[in-house]
Amino acid sequence: MLCERCHERPATVHVTKIINGEKTGYHLCEVCAKEQGEVMNPFLAGNAFDFNKLLSGLLNMDSSPGFAPVQAQVQPRCGTCGMTYNQFTQVGRFGCPDCYDSFAARLEPLLRRIQTGNRHTGKVPVKSGEKMKRLRQLDALRRELQQAVAQEQFERAAELRDQIRMLEQTSE
Amino acid sequence: MSLGDFLQRAVSKWMREGGPEDDIVLTSRIRVARNVQGYPFPILQTDSHADEIVQMMEQAVQSSAMQQLGKYEMVRCRDLSPLDRQVFVEKHLISPDLAQQEKHGAMAIRDDELVSIMVNEEDHLRIQCILPGLRLLDGWRMASAIDDALEQHLTYAYHDQYGYLTACPTNVGTGIRASVMMHLPGLALTGSINRMLTAVSQVGLAVRGIYGEGSESYGNLYQVSNQITLGETEEEIVANLQSVVYQLIEHERNARKALLARNRIQLEDRVSRSFGILAYARRIDTKETMERLSDVRLGIDLGIIQGVSAGILKELMVMTQPAFLQKYYHRELAATERDIRRAALIRERLRLDDSEVHR
Repeated sequence: MLCERCHERPATVHVTKIINGEKTGYHLCEVCAKEQGEVMNPFLAGNAFDFNKLLSGLLNMDSSPGFAPVQAQVQPRCGTCGMTYNQFTQVGRFGCPDCYDSFAARLEPLLRRIQTGNRHTGKVPVKSGEKMKRLRQLDALRRELQQAVAQEQFERAAELRDQIRMLEQTSE
Repeated sequence: MSLGDFLQRAVSKWMREGGPEDDIVLTSRIRVARNVQGYPFPILQTDSHADEIVQMMEQAVQSSAMQQLGKYEMVRCRDLSPLDRQVFVEKHLISPDLAQQEKHGAMAIRDDELVSIMVNEEDHLRIQCILPGLRLLDGWRMASAIDDALEQHLTYAYHDQYGYLTACPTNVGTGIRASVMMHLPGLALTGSINRMLTAVSQVGLAVRGIYGEGSESYGNLYQVSNQITLGETEEEIVANLQSVVYQLIEHERNARKALLARNRIQLEDRVSRSFGILAYARRIDTKETMERLSDVRLGIDLGIIQGVSAGILKELMVMTQPAFLQKYYHRELAATERDIRRAALIRERLRLDDSEVHR
């Protein structure tokens, strides 16, 4: 079998990528595999451990040039600042706050790799966080309600139900 | 001006004062990233965007809410000489990146230099609190209070799911980076440092040199910080780091005890020789300075060297940096000249302690 990239040398390296559950495989020769960075751990290319390299390694995992599947799609672009996803993978920085929504589909797998969760559980700003605070409060009340029902504390459950209704009405 | 007077003015509070566990943890630092809603991040910022952010910050810093939290001075990068900016970097008040942002960058610095707010670095705002010793939670509370005061005048870019939005997704969510600067000569001398640091990086923490990303580690000083910013609360992040730091402290203390028990004379010889070099050398480079200072500090901590204040490591590690030296001697110095001046400054600083002991 010949290398799928150069069609010259025998393919000795088999690369399997699973991106968002989609499995793709390539057969490469050692030279092409090295050029594509498939042999070495892409996270640790270079001598020093550099977090930016690690990040761009992660970001570029699904866009190595030469392999058509992901590349062929139209590059998503942020409607607010005009940054494309490709540009983002190069600089490792978003252009504006709206990029997070513009690239949400691609961001999720990235966040799963570099963070512990994909939902913020920490501090909430006073001004823009009113809605969030209500949602968290509702969450807590609902959990308490379930407990109350399970323990057959129906008076408490009724109180909680009323509180939940009140909160739901104010958030509408 | 005498060195004593210069130190009074030039040394930040975190360098002068001690704190919990400060035989091993030199400083605790909290940095919080925030961005203003409706503006592109600094990477895509126009001159006028950048200017508006700086002006917004100027007003926010002058607000009564901020005034209650200390006296701040706001200055733009372009109004500072490159040397002055470098001095701020060496004092850990700003990042090397901000020092490069000549056009758009600015900073607000509290008079005790425990708090600095960087403007238009990678994010619009980066609030930084630096405290002596192991005081991470105090640092977070300080930063959070400043964050609240600023928010009265700014609307932050915030997302219901992702939290505080930052230019780089490695900071999104809480935007918090908590780090401690640790002096670990015991682990280095017993040869177990690499094993320790590998273990630390496996629990989601990063280890770096003292001037941040990519910088080398001299003098057995390591900066340990959190990597994860999304999915955990600020308190959880701080507590995780703190628990790992306590383990490192324990290992370091055990290593020091073992060294004293098994190799006392070698240890005494090593730290005393290093003290001799610092006290008498006529020229010395930064790397050797840091290595000798590390030995001397270990000697002070173990009671081998007496009459020298433990604070000299923190003080001199900043004072002997290139920009600081040039500031002290009021002129540009070539590298070889700096080595001569550095040695002179160290000798002078050690004599300062000596005169206090005999007073």
